[in-house]
Amino acid sequence: MYPVISKTTIAPGISRLEVEAPLIAKKRKPGNFVIVMPVEKGERIPLTIVESDPENGTITLIVQAIGKTTHIINKMEAGDHFIDVVGPLGEPTPIKNVGTVVCVGGGVGTAVIYPMAKALKEAGNRVIGIIGARNREMVILKNEMADCSDELHITTDDGSYGLKGFVTDALAQVIDENKTIQSVYTTGPLPMMKAVAEQTRKFELHTMASLNPIMMDGTGMCGACRVSVGGELKFTCVDGPEFDAHKVNFNELIQRNKTYFNQEKKSLDAYNEKCKTRGANV
Amino acid sequence: MSERKRARNNGKANERVIHLKPPERMKIPRQQPIEKEPDYRVCNFEEVSDGFDVNLASEEALRCLECKDPVCMKACPVNIDIRAFIRLIYKKDYDSAIKKIRESNYLPAICGRVCPQESLCENVCLVGKRNEPLAIGKLERFVADYELKNGNFSPPEIKENKGQKVAVVGAGPGGLTAAADLAIRGYEVTIYEALHEAGGVLKYGIPEFRLPKHIVDAEVDRVKALGVKIETNVIIGRTLTIDELFDEMDFEAVYIGTGAGSPRFMNIPGENLSGVYSASELLTRVNLMKAYKFPEYDTPLKIGNRVAVVGGGDVAMDAARTSARLGPEVVNLFYRRSREEMPARIEEIHHAEEEGIHFHLLTNPVEIFGDENGWVKAIKCQKMELGEPDEEGRRRPVPIDGEYITMDADTVVIAIGQSPNPIIQQTTPGLKTTDWGTIIVDEIGATSREGIFAGGDISRGGATVIEAVSDGKRASRSIDEYLTEKKAVLKT
Ligand SMILES: Cc1cc2nc3c(=O)[nH]c(=O)nc-3n(C[C@H](O)[C@H](O)[C@H](O)COP(=O)(O)OP(=O)(O)OC[C@H]3O[C@@H](n4cnc5c(N)ncnc54)[C@H](O)[C@@H]3O)c2cc1C
Ligand SMILES: Cc1cc2nc3c(=O)[nH]c(=O)nc-3n(C[C@H](O)[C@H](O)[C@H](O)COP(=O)(O)OP(=O)(O)OC[C@H]3O[C@@H](n4cnc5c(N)ncnc54)[C@H](O)[C@@H]3O)c2cc1C
Ligand code: SF4
Ligand code: SF4
Ligand code: FES
Repeated sequence: MYPVISKTTIAPGISRLEVEAPLIAKKRKPGNFVIVMPVEKGERIPLTIVESDPENGTITLIVQAIGKTTHIINKMEAGDHFIDVVGPLGEPTPIKNVGTVVCVGGGVGTAVIYPMAKALKEAGNRVIGIIGARNREMVILKNEMADCSDELHITTDDGSYGLKGFVTDALAQVIDENKTIQSVYTTGPLPMMKAVAEQTRKFELHTMASLNPIMMDGTGMCGACRVSVGGELKFTCVDGPEFDAHKVNFNELIQRNKTYFNQEKKSLDAYNEKCKTRGANV
Repeated sequence: MSERKRARNNGKANERVIHLKPPERMKIPRQQPIEKEPDYRVCNFEEVSDGFDVNLASEEALRCLECKDPVCMKACPVNIDIRAFIRLIYKKDYDSAIKKIRESNYLPAICGRVCPQESLCENVCLVGKRNEPLAIGKLERFVADYELKNGNFSPPEIKENKGQKVAVVGAGPGGLTAAADLAIRGYEVTIYEALHEAGGVLKYGIPEFRLPKHIVDAEVDRVKALGVKIETNVIIGRTLTIDELFDEMDFEAVYIGTGAGSPRFMNIPGENLSGVYSASELLTRVNLMKAYKFPEYDTPLKIGNRVAVVGGGDVAMDAARTSARLGPEVVNLFYRRSREEMPARIEEIHHAEEEGIHFHLLTNPVEIFGDENGWVKAIKCQKMELGEPDEEGRRRPVPIDGEYITMDADTVVIAIGQSPNPIIQQTTPGLKTTDWGTIIVDEIGATSREGIFAGGDISRGGATVIEAVSDGKRASRSIDEYLTEKKAVLKT
């Protein structure tokens, strides 16, 4: 059992949970993730470890409600517990001082880019942060990102906060203004990462994307998370999750992630229906 | 015979208890367990074979010749005293029969079900020279099930507490056996398991209809009853390393039984289309995550109307039969050699055929086609013929130029084998491995690093449950010797 120590809602449908998992907290490095199963009969899903506190034995997760499992997690409160949490998984982000780096996070991907940006800053890099969201309310980790960025650009689709437009618009500007960028790191929805990769390819700018395929075990045992990178077969959970964005076959991955779309939708609808009738009963 | 003489004879190993002459015994036909009808069973995940009941078991036991030199026992990788336990079944002393088996094999309900008996104990049984051999596996299963049903299990006595700690990595059959054996020898044992449940392939690979999961759980509980601790959700190499087990947690020896779970793919075009699964993914979704009960359970699985399974081993049969139970119109199985070369157990090939799986032999997939949405729509295979035998004596499949078949498929399952998962090897300095990634062990199960032992699929590549069990026993003997010696050296 892995108790939830605290829970806050940081944006509509996005919450931050501190979960007790001492062994994982001790081992975790930036870039690592966990696989969690919130309840009996539940699904195993991957979530990035945003922060860890080895002394108190806790890890921080930021979760956006998308399907049934993430909705269940979003309803959890301090005192509830996950039945299974395993990790830390994946290869940690290789952190070196290379000079100037750009960290691009979109949507809940900001929760994935933040630990990387923080580690890159601590290693002495000049960090340019770019985070994007649909609108003002959905911008997350603004202060945290500001703390670890030398420059922070925020974009919203509707212009209700920061620059109106997409992260790629901000990135175009940043690339234009900075001739010394060494690396770009990006996480977010797949179409966004693909767009970032296309953009930086033109400048031959080294770009790493942290991928989010469907996963199950997280230990290299099922192959659900396989991706084509430079024509080679890779398992994201053990070989990644970060890969050279210019080599990733994003189209294939976007297709693969739709595999269970219909079933997941049914499952979420049934869950919401149940929650509604329950709510009506009390 | 006088009472006294009988009492004396009781002590003799070879006293005959079955009062039928050998030629009469030889005439009794092999008893057949009750099996569910194929039409019924393809609609559900219930166990196919009901096994023996008391009557069938008694009748079957009657067939044993009580050989002076029981060759069956030698052919069993863990040398179960088969003659003795069959004799006890004949006497209807099932409690003693199961005790006898447990002396050599701590997972009888499992091995009795999934062991390839036809090529081990039953292959050499003398009755088989004239008639069909004894159904040794079914008898083993019978007493194990009897024990489970009647609940009169008492863990073997642990004679001394050695006061030394041993860690076991992986809760598959090998790890469970090593742990049980070490606990009985008096060690304090903790198993670390990466998944959220113990059992390894028994839990996530072998389907419910061949090995019900409550049976696996019950056997795991029997291991726990010996005082073995099982820590799930711990990946050695990630959550903890082997060096930490030694240096920070005071373990004095480690057994690695992490299996060969990493699926192989064919590297043909279209293999990453939606609807293409590794057998491991399909089976894990169904067995461990219970996708066949979706949406009661949250993990989904999408099986279309035309399933194509690639491979000819046990895993391919399990994948095909599992798919068949999820409601497709047709399940096609493609294998690149002929039927004689199929590595799957005959019983399982037979069950697959009964359940309507279509076999396409001497065909090898070369490409998978997708539709405009990236979903599988067809599979193209090249026709093969058999050429010269390879090193193992199996005839090599050779492609026939220009001969292809293409069949519609909306689900493809790749079941061409598994490789060892590399996490432990990459994170344990000094651990020697082969080019295929298996851990190298010597004849006592020791690895290249002191205090670290290994066995089962991680050292053999894909093998069998009973070989993993046998390796687990060997390693526990070796660990016992190693730690006893270590203690003695420390004392002097
Ligand atoms: C390495 C890794 C790290 C991640 N870190 C985080 C994190 O820190 N915070 C967070 O909120 N999410 C993170 N994700 C994504 C998260 O795992 C998915 O949102 C989650 O699996 C959805 O589960 P569900 O049951 O709620 O939704 P489902 O019902 O499974 O999915 C709903 C819909 O979302 C789509 N989908 C399925 N899987 C994914 C996926 N992996 N990413 C995007 N869409 C998907 C499908 O098309 C599906 O129809 C991460 C994913 C990976 C692989
Ligand atoms: C579908 C299928 C059907 C089969 N059918 C049969 C059959 O009918 N008869 C037969 O005899 N054999 C069969 N086999 C083969 C048999 O299951 C294996 O040979 C046997 O299970 C090997 O046992 P093991 O103990 O070595 O490892 P496994 O059973 O593979 O167990 C290894 C365990 O270690 C865990 N693990 C892995 N890495 C780590 C780590 N780093 N840290 C912690 N834990 C870890 C895994 O999660 C797993 O639980 C089948 C195999 C498959 C896949
Ligand atoms: S464990 Fe396997 S080989 Fe040994 S007696 Fe049982 S069925 Fe036969
Ligand atoms: S070889 Fe066959 S007949 Fe002989 S003891 Fe073994 S089981 Fe009985
Ligand atoms: S999640 Fe199963 S292999 Fe990566």
